[in-house]
Amino acid sequence: MRHLLSTEDLSLHDAIRILDTAEEMAAVGEREVKKLPALRGRTVVNLFFEDSTRTRISFEAAAKRLSADVINFAAKGSSVSKGESLKDTAQTLAAMGADAVVIRHWASGAPHRLAATDWIDAAVINAGDGTHEHPTQALLDAFTMRRHWSKLAGTPSAGADLKGMRVAIAGDVLHSRVARSNVWLLRTLGAEVTLVAPPTLLPIGVDKWPCAVSFDLDETLAQGVDAMMMLRVQAERMNASFFPTTREYSRRWGFDDNRLRALDSLGLKDTIIMHPGPMNRGLEISAAAADSPRSTVLAQVRNGVSIRMAALYLLLSGENREPAAAPVSASASHAANPNLTYSHQESH
Amino acid sequence: MVLTRVVLNQADIDRALTRIAHEILEANKGSQDLVLLGIPRRGYPLAVRLAAKIAAADPTVDAAAIVGQLDVTMFRDDLSHQPTRPPYPTQLPRTGIDNKVVVLIDDVLYSGRTIRAALDAIIDLGRPRIVRLAVLIDRGHRELPIRADHVGKNLPTSSSEKVRVRLEETDSVDGAPDGAPVNEVVIEATA
Repeated sequence: MRHLLSTEDLSLHDAIRILDTAEEMAAVGEREVKKLPALRGRTVVNLFFEDSTRTRISFEAAAKRLSADVINFAAKGSSVSKGESLKDTAQTLAAMGADAVVIRHWASGAPHRLAATDWIDAAVINAGDGTHEHPTQALLDAFTMRRHWSKLAGTPSAGADLKGMRVAIAGDVLHSRVARSNVWLLRTLGAEVTLVAPPTLLPIGVDKWPCAVSFDLDETLAQGVDAMMMLRVQAERMNASFFPTTREYSRRWGFDDNRLRALDSLGLKDTIIMHPGPMNRGLEISAAAADSPRSTVLAQVRNGVSIRMAALYLLLSGENREPAAAPVSASASHAANPNLTYSHQESH
Repeated sequence: MVLTRVVLNQADIDRALTRIAHEILEANKGSQDLVLLGIPRRGYPLAVRLAAKIAAADPTVDAAAIVGQLDVTMFRDDLSHQPTRPPYPTQLPRTGIDNKVVVLIDDVLYSGRTIRAALDAIIDLGRPRIVRLAVLIDRGHRELPIRADHVGKNLPTSSSEKVRVRLEETDSVDGAPDGAPVNEVVIEATA
């Protein structure tokens, strides 16, 4: 793994590896010294072209727990507002010696552009691009589900996938990068996903996604759900009439008190309620549902730090990154016989 | 061509561990405050075996309650020179390690860098009263001022040779029938 750009092309092996590593990272948060020296001397740049609190803070906490140096770059108040291009920004960061760039951008595909060009020789982590993908959010959601799922099964979560878990994702799928990343990752992990949304908030071509689509939340709940994920109604992207009123949306698509009670009457005592945050209480999720014991909202935030530590560690440690200015002969011999150079199975 | 030579067989390993278990008890003047921390992968099964032997010698000891696993991956000084290593779990005994006598256990002591990393890892987890080191094989070639308190066998080697410890908990012999136990230490030399 060189970059973490999307969950669509993430293999099952890599996904499980990130989740398992995050499991060990989570243990660090419970220790006396909540810090590991693994990324000492590495620089992580948080490059945020779009507002974000929790994702940026989560990445910052993750990098700092691994002893990396963190530079926060917000487009507001920077040279970007003077018209600097992504290329120039990237080359500036490269000149400062960034080892990893965590990028959030309003344009879908911006992280791919950064990773595919030679503007900067750093690991690129997609922290949300437009309405495309948000892979670390999907990974932390999967991590939260896997812990719940293996606790129910009474098995250790390390190495496990999500085979047989029924996940419903409800709300604004059209604008949601969280929904896209989740659909692809959960498919890879073997869960059954159902998207629930008003037809106006579903993207064109959703019928080709590896998931079921429903227009009726109550019907989906009645069929049985193990994890119910509510998506945020993105007021900043509501530039057309997607639904008549917020009141109607809340009644038909929101997780309100009636639906919370319905979970009990349907016998779904182990169903968890998830939300990527920030929540619009009273719109897509009621306060009672958000604060109920079923809610995993705070666990998701906690797990987010572990997942991001795992991603940073797996991308930044190790010599799988080609040295930029290695002499030709040295890199040729290492390409010819990688086993000779790196056979450290036994290093004492 | 790779020449392999068996230097310890199953019975040799068992005898060495029995002696180390008694040495640990002797050095500690009993079993009080003992905690055995094995370093993954092969240090941990050795720690479990040692704990069982200590419990056999001293019936007041609960073997499962004194043994733990200490992962040192994140504390290594060669992280950026090697392929990415996924971390193993760190599991401490319920009693913790504060004011305990911690015995680190690994299979082979070579450069000493793993033990340096382990000492750093321990300090982040608590403050033991004493830290000791027990290894099955000491093959020399130290790069740091570190020595073992208890050694199963001192094995003079050339640095071009490889010392392989195979334990039934972690390894199986290539080509052997599935589940065939292996407990031996071999030296591999390229001729």
